[in-house]
Amino acid sequence: MKGWMGRFKSLFLLGTLALILSGCGKENLTALVPKGYGAEASMNLIILSTIIMLFVFFIVILIYVIVLIRFRKKKGQEDYIPKQVEGNKTLETVWTLIPIILVLILAVPTVAATFDLADESGSNDGLNIDVTGNQYWWHFNYEGEEIQTSQDIYIPTGEKVYLHMLSSDVIHSFWVPSISGKMDVNPENVNTMYIEAYEEGVYWGKCAELCGPSHSLMDFKVIAVSPEEFDQWVEDMQNVDPDSESLDTVAQDGRDLFEANNCMGCHAIGSSPAQVGPNLTNFGDRSEVAGILEYNKENIVDWLVDPESIKPGNKMTGNYPALSEEEAGSIADYLMQLQPSEITPESAGN
Amino acid sequence: MSIAATQKRGFGAVLWDYLTTVDHKKIAHLYLFGGGFFFLLGGLEAMIIRIQLIKPENDFISAGLYNEMITMHGTTMIFLAAMPLLLGLMNAVMPLQIGARDVAFPFLNALGFWLFLFGGVILNCSWFLGGAPDAGWTSYAPLSLQSPGHGVDFYVLGLQISGAGTLIGGINFLVTIVTMRGPGMTYMRMPLFSWTTFVTSTLILFAFPALTVGLFLLMFDRMFGSAFFDVALGGNTVIWQHLFWIFGHPEVYILILPAFGLFSDIISTFSKKRLFGYTAMVFATILIAFLGFMVWAHHMFTVGLGPVANSIFAIATMAIAVPTGIKIFNWLATMWGGSITINSAMLWTLGFVPTFTIGGMTGVMLASAVADYQYHDTYFVVAHFHYVIVGGTLFGILAGLHYWWPKMFGRILHEGMGKMAFWIFLVGFHLTFFIQHFLGLMGMPRRYWVFLENQGLDTGNLISTIGAFLMAIAVIIFFINIVYTATKGEKAPADPWDGRTLEWSIPSPPPYYNFKQLPLVRGLDPLWIEKTEGKGKMTPAEPVGDIHMPNGSIIPFVMSLGFFIAGFGFIYQTDHRGWLVVLFGGMAISLGSMLVRSLKDDHGYHITKEELEREAD
Repeated sequence: MKGWMGRFKSLFLLGTLALILSGCGKENLTALVPKGYGAEASMNLIILSTIIMLFVFFIVILIYVIVLIRFRKKKGQEDYIPKQVEGNKTLETVWTLIPIILVLILAVPTVAATFDLADESGSNDGLNIDVTGNQYWWHFNYEGEEIQTSQDIYIPTGEKVYLHMLSSDVIHSFWVPSISGKMDVNPENVNTMYIEAYEEGVYWGKCAELCGPSHSLMDFKVIAVSPEEFDQWVEDMQNVDPDSESLDTVAQDGRDLFEANNCMGCHAIGSSPAQVGPNLTNFGDRSEVAGILEYNKENIVDWLVDPESIKPGNKMTGNYPALSEEEAGSIADYLMQLQPSEITPESAGN
Repeated sequence: MSIAATQKRGFGAVLWDYLTTVDHKKIAHLYLFGGGFFFLLGGLEAMIIRIQLIKPENDFISAGLYNEMITMHGTTMIFLAAMPLLLGLMNAVMPLQIGARDVAFPFLNALGFWLFLFGGVILNCSWFLGGAPDAGWTSYAPLSLQSPGHGVDFYVLGLQISGAGTLIGGINFLVTIVTMRGPGMTYMRMPLFSWTTFVTSTLILFAFPALTVGLFLLMFDRMFGSAFFDVALGGNTVIWQHLFWIFGHPEVYILILPAFGLFSDIISTFSKKRLFGYTAMVFATILIAFLGFMVWAHHMFTVGLGPVANSIFAIATMAIAVPTGIKIFNWLATMWGGSITINSAMLWTLGFVPTFTIGGMTGVMLASAVADYQYHDTYFVVAHFHYVIVGGTLFGILAGLHYWWPKMFGRILHEGMGKMAFWIFLVGFHLTFFIQHFLGLMGMPRRYWVFLENQGLDTGNLISTIGAFLMAIAVIIFFINIVYTATKGEKAPADPWDGRTLEWSIPSPPPYYNFKQLPLVRGLDPLWIEKTEGKGKMTPAEPVGDIHMPNGSIIPFVMSLGFFIAGFGFIYQTDHRGWLVVLFGGMAISLGSMLVRSLKDDHGYHITKEELEREAD
């Protein structure tokens, strides 16, 4: 038995190695390279259950192959009638008991991890962030800090951050595969989960519950920075005064247009908790436009002129006066200057 | 209505015959034809999905249309393809296996089919009437409430009507097996396929009402201003998920158990051995069905039900692995020491064993709640349920079709084409779905219209799409095989496979009264017993006598048509009150049909002893 196990283990390691060489997916997106507490807890169970199941699969396939080699109908024995066996108590007991044991081996750590990941006792002393899911963007309100962001959520590394999640419309699901498994964002009750990133980085987040036509375009980022950098970022964000920034002329035109078109009817700049549309306080620091497009002026202009072509079914389309490319360009210049902090995705190593 | 009438007839006569038939064998043909049609439709939708995902940020179809495709693919394949095809096989075979001349309620049997068909047609009418449902086959509120247009209304009405048909079918099979087993056919002598039909029917009886309730609540919310799922008015969306999955999880056992049953029969027949551990197989089936009702929340691990609920449902789910494992090992033990013939039916069975084992393995992996936080709603889940539903149910349907085709249609499906289709499908299937386990863990959620560039998902999706094309080719070959067999296929003898059970003791196809004399069953595998004892055929349990037969009726068709019309009334009355006329008109047709059926005495007719004896000559 030990020989089989050994051979099987080396097979498993070999397979894993082959997988790593052929790529486990994109770094900081894939769940196969966990970089946070929840993702590691899941990965441990994924590996354990895979080992147990491959063991079962191996035995099934072994018997299967032997059966197919040994017990095919043979030439010249067409009339052979096999012995009609009713059953075998010992055998049947064995293949009932062994699966029960295997299931128990998996069940115990599963229950332990389930309770561990649901433990919210540290939230009183920890960082608490209210997460709101919207079609098709995310809003983050740092409790007690007067900080609002959208699409990018900054967290300190090495610390449990408690997320209190609620949807403003349909059900979404908050998933940052490299850091943690997912949790649904329901419209009727606040779901709490915690995430902890081990290392600095920009981690891709995705919506994992069908929420409409642009479900697949509802990406966001978790930007994990060192605790010191995080404190700096908090301070910078709290000191934002959207009215007092020095702007060049083009950007000043953009700000005038932003106001003339009543953009702030939906989009707050600063710590206002209004969240009809995404908060734009640190729009200049974003790593992506609309969560999915490369961050450059051209893409911002495209979005401002025709958001429907980028995210079908979004709530912005048709709710503001039509903009020319030139006007959109000015607004983009203004928005790209909204960079309240030195701490950006780049400083997290993007 | 005499035997002499079964001669060559014109198309109109055949059509009328099928519209009015209450013969379980003809209803089986109807189910197979209807299910096969919707299977092609669902397959077409699957191909459109895979073409859209062939490369990153593809724009083959729009986001809205994509959501309609995934919704209709799932709904069609589960409700309108897999279940009817299984019900077709049950109808064709179960009465023959238990030694019955028909099902208990032939009229209801026909009604069940026509309700299914009209429900499916309503659902698919949505394509031409402003757009199909787009909230996923699970139709989670509140997305399903917000969905514009009438798409979700078609979903609600279509499933409600076809669901009623399924429920009727389930009750009918239950009563048939309880009351109409032939002389000597005790429960513990029933072939496994009849057993799983019995257990599946119980599942239908208890699971479908949950769906019915959920659909009614959704219908009231969408059409009549109630607020069961409207959070702003104090509703709760999680209730929909509970109702849906209390139905939805037993539903997957409704799909897989009949396949388990027919694999048991096929393995036993082609290994020339009695099924190993028959009693254990029966009780494993019952246990799976029982546990199937207590695991629904494993579809909801990420909903936020808390660690206690998640742990309980995780362990209950893992427990299902035990009876399922028993089945796998019993099949292997049945083949062990046998004399195995490998033909198309057996190939699909042999393909099923490892494929379904993988699906079962990933099922246990998914049961581990914390691991599921990663798998949930990703392509890992997509891979898992295609491994069990395609690798289990569809392989089962195809194995069953190859096995019973001679019995149902009197001709043997072409072996060469059967084998070719199997191998191409098997390769295509694993190409398509194996890689999806990894795609899911690499960060690809399910129901994604596009995946972005540079996220490491390109190669996997390309491979997946290539595999899908292979599956499509295999399905086309299978349908060519059907057409070829219908025109030039080899005529089947009564017992082409050296069978063990009662259906092989009567001609292929069977006469419309099935058994001239009901056979005497002396044990498990009754025909095999007679063969080994040198008789080779069943001993009659009764002298030749008059056989009581039900009359055909157009009423099931008309009644279903009434519900079909009323369905449109329900859907469109929200736009204009004038549609209430259609609603009440349709209901009047249906209720009128019920009235006619209730008031008109129809005692059926008798085939006389003389006619039966004349036919024997």
